[in-house]
Amino acid sequence: MNDHYDAQGEAPGISEHSGGGPRSYLIGAGFATILTLASFWASSTQLIYGPGVPILLGVLAIAQMGVHLVFFLHISSAPDQTNNFLALAFGIFVVGLVVFGSMIIMANLNHAMMPMDRLMQMQR
Amino acid sequence: MNVAHQAFGSSPEIPLSMQGPAPTSVVVGFGFWLFLLSDIIIFAALFAAYAVLSGETAGGPNGTELFDKGHVLLETACLLASSFTCGLGSLAVQRRDMQWTFVWMAATFILGAAFLTFEASEFSAMLTAGAAPSRSAFLSAFFTLVGTHGLHVTIGLFWLLVMMVQIMTLGFRPMVRRRLFCFSLFWHALDIVWIGVFTIVYLGAS
Repeated sequence: MNDHYDAQGEAPGISEHSGGGPRSYLIGAGFATILTLASFWASSTQLIYGPGVPILLGVLAIAQMGVHLVFFLHISSAPDQTNNFLALAFGIFVVGLVVFGSMIIMANLNHAMMPMDRLMQMQR
Repeated sequence: MNVAHQAFGSSPEIPLSMQGPAPTSVVVGFGFWLFLLSDIIIFAALFAAYAVLSGETAGGPNGTELFDKGHVLLETACLLASSFTCGLGSLAVQRRDMQWTFVWMAATFILGAAFLTFEASEFSAMLTAGAAPSRSAFLSAFFTLVGTHGLHVTIGLFWLLVMMVQIMTLGFRPMVRRRLFCFSLFWHALDIVWIGVFTIVYLGAS
């Protein structure tokens, strides 16, 4: 038993000594439900200034991902979680590079491209 | 056991470098965590493709016309609830509680299957309405991204079935517990990807 207490670090998701019990899952499910409902509400309400809605949706989504990581996957910055946390940080870094890098490059190419009708004329 | 644990375990007198190799459960968990992160990077590439192509409807239907938010909220609720029951199931596994493991894992399976059913009905309605992946770049990106997530959920359901059979035949031996543990990580990670899907694809469309 408890063989994962012994040496270097913990696997992600081990909840036995980070509180344990259904408490963390209950808290996580509660927060996740509230954040989900909030983002569905924000996307359909007229109460929020229109251009602000995507930013709010992004904030709510990132918050909910954080809730899932902490309360369901039990990722933390505790000393025995250093490996998991560093791997996660690198993963987030690569995800950011892929998503925002692609969007910036494609928007730039789109901007630099000749309009389609002009291109058609040149080929004639 | 407890005395030995205190003497040779994570006591501060023994430096980390002298504690020997990490136990299998930590190595397996960490390796699977790395796999999940690389899987999330695959999804990031598909998200990037969707973000670039979401406006290219080629005169076809756009997201606002196609997506039904009530439907998506139902799918989200199923997946979130199944993530919750999966967590309770993994607690039952830690207690070696056969009965509750089966109850929670069955609930996880049913909720996951309900999610897939809702998604399949959404896809078939779109296909019959002429919004097939070949219609526009937007629809290609949509079906690739959401379909890949659905494929992952399908694989997860098969995995869960295999694990339930293994609990019945092999019991809670360490190997089976490690596999169940990896399954719960996989299932929670799929839920995290779904947060991105409903935010960017379904709610970002309006």
